[in-house]
Amino acid sequence: MSLVRMLAVGTWLHVKQLSRSPFEIATSILIPLVQATLAVYLFRASPQPQALLGAAVGAGLMGVWSSVLFGSGGAIQRHRWEGTLEVLMLAPRRPVLVILPFTIATAVTGTYSIVATLLWGRLLYGIRLTFADPLGFVAAVPVCILSLGMFGLLLASTFVLMRNANALANTLEYPIWLLSGMLIPITTLPGWTGPLAAVLPTTWGSRAVRAAATGGEVWGPLAVCLAISLVCLALGALALSYVERRARAAATLALA
Amino acid sequence: MTDSGIGVLGRGAELAIEAKGLRRVYRSRTGWLRPRRTQVEAVRGVDLTVRRGELFGLLGPNGAGKTTTIKMLNTLLIPTAGTARVCGFDVVRETMQVRRRIGYIFGGDRGLYDRLTALDNLRYFAELYGVPARDQRRRIGEVLELVGLTGRERERVEGYSRGMRQRLHIARGLLHSPELLFMDEPSIGVDPVGARELRATVANLAATGTTVLLTTHYMAEADELCDRIAVIVHGRIRALGTPAELRRHAEGRRVLEVEVYGVDDGHLAAIRRVPGVRECNVEERGPAQVLTVQSDAGRDVQPDMLRALSGLRLGRVEVREPTLEDAYVAIVSESSAPSSDVDQLETVGVAS
Ligand SMILES: Nc1ncnc2c1ncn2[C@@H]1O[C@H](COP(=O)(O)OP(=O)(O)OP(=O)(O)O)[C@@H](O)[C@H]1O
Ligand SMILES: [Mg+2]
Repeated sequence: MSLVRMLAVGTWLHVKQLSRSPFEIATSILIPLVQATLAVYLFRASPQPQALLGAAVGAGLMGVWSSVLFGSGGAIQRHRWEGTLEVLMLAPRRPVLVILPFTIATAVTGTYSIVATLLWGRLLYGIRLTFADPLGFVAAVPVCILSLGMFGLLLASTFVLMRNANALANTLEYPIWLLSGMLIPITTLPGWTGPLAAVLPTTWGSRAVRAAATGGEVWGPLAVCLAISLVCLALGALALSYVERRARAAATLALA
Repeated sequence: MTDSGIGVLGRGAELAIEAKGLRRVYRSRTGWLRPRRTQVEAVRGVDLTVRRGELFGLLGPNGAGKTTTIKMLNTLLIPTAGTARVCGFDVVRETMQVRRRIGYIFGGDRGLYDRLTALDNLRYFAELYGVPARDQRRRIGEVLELVGLTGRERERVEGYSRGMRQRLHIARGLLHSPELLFMDEPSIGVDPVGARELRATVANLAATGTTVLLTTHYMAEADELCDRIAVIVHGRIRALGTPAELRRHAEGRRVLEVEVYGVDDGHLAAIRRVPGVRECNVEERGPAQVLTVQSDAGRDVQPDMLRALSGLRLGRVEVREPTLEDAYVAIVSESSAPSSDVDQLETVGVAS
């Protein structure tokens, strides 16, 4: 119970810290505007009335993914720069429990972009916000956020092990949007991408969220998304413990 | 106060810190096109025992290895060689047990969440350290009061002055009432009144059974607070004892302080050649410089000295008994004299 409390307080405070950054605020308002516009122009021609809503929701998820990719991927480096990595690691907790609230927070701040994309879509383009499965939507979004936060932990721990993690992060943004069908349906992609998409939690998460908005199976894909993310969490926890020990040996917890 | 904590805190170990042969080598790569591997031996075999409840000072010049030693003891760094037990637990293998029992306070304004309030910062660390929810409010109030931040706790840290951040660091380090407190230059940036309050706080913690390992560059602070002091130079402990014992390093000496204008290396060399002179250091003080000359007490070096300074404008001349600072200076300059063994290549560069 106190563990859940610690994770919740940690997540909430990290969300506060993150969302007060001027850069963060600007991107989370402006990027969704671009994404809503993109979605609308891509799908305006579609005959299905729900296509626009689905596209807007997908575009919002793209924002969550970007937030997780850059926020969580750079989690260790950012804490090192701010000098907080040492004090966090000194806490009598396993490294995963110290970093997880932060990676979940990067997913939570990403929700701004779902909200903002829907709002921009409604205000500028008059998209009607009628959800096929409102209850499913309300459940799918938080689960999807939580899952992406856990996936983020795997990114956080593996990116520090790579020399050019930043370059890697940049190259991962668009492919994952495409592969997981956030913007365009997976069925339009070449067949070889199928297995790749199937192991990404983002694929299942966005399928569930889109289904909740436009109709289709919500709970199955959502469960798969959560399961894959838990595996990511376990792998990430292992990697992070390894990273911590290596950093104590190599003296890389502090900048100096 | 040295033994007061044992009965209460028990848990087997009587020693709060027990280090044997600690060494730490930093390896790093520098340069892009022709990377060089450099290797710095920061700590070269430190043995240290600190009893429970003791207030132990670690003094030494910049780069001597104080911070490195502390980080090996508080589990942030793995020693290259040697072993250490803190509160009875091994710092490499039993990190969780060690971390639960220690606090770490360091100087400087980094390491806080800037866009959060002081209260939120403390709340987060109270959670991380498992301070029970029902005790958090009271405990946070106590530490805020202790460091004099009560009333400012709802402001964001980004608006804090340097000294206020330092106070917040201290508050955070005390939050979980650690058995052993590592304080690495905790008084940096704190104003004189605050520094005095901090000394009172530290003395009070020690009096109530907390063990403290303190580093500082303020000799008076160390003299006032510490039960024992170790002076570390080039990664080795060069002197160890109570402040009174350390002062004996300068025993049989006399200190002459001369205010002078425009002294240069030539003058210093001339003074060092005066028979009976043991140390000579110069410190800038505004437009003037202050020469501190340590000499054998039995010899009057003043006439020879003033001759060496002839032609320069002199100010106040004063003779006094040696202080801890004089003793410290004597220890440090003895240990870093060119003839001693410590000045072997410190940096080994290998082109690869
Ligand atoms: N992360 C690091 N990588 C490489 N060298 C380091 C690192 N940290 C410290 N050193 C080197 O190790 C030596 C000891 O440094 P340390 O920080 O322990 O000194 P200190 O006694 O705390 O000095 P100060 O009084 O300036 O704080 C120095 O030569 C320093 O340059
Ligand atoms: Mg230091």
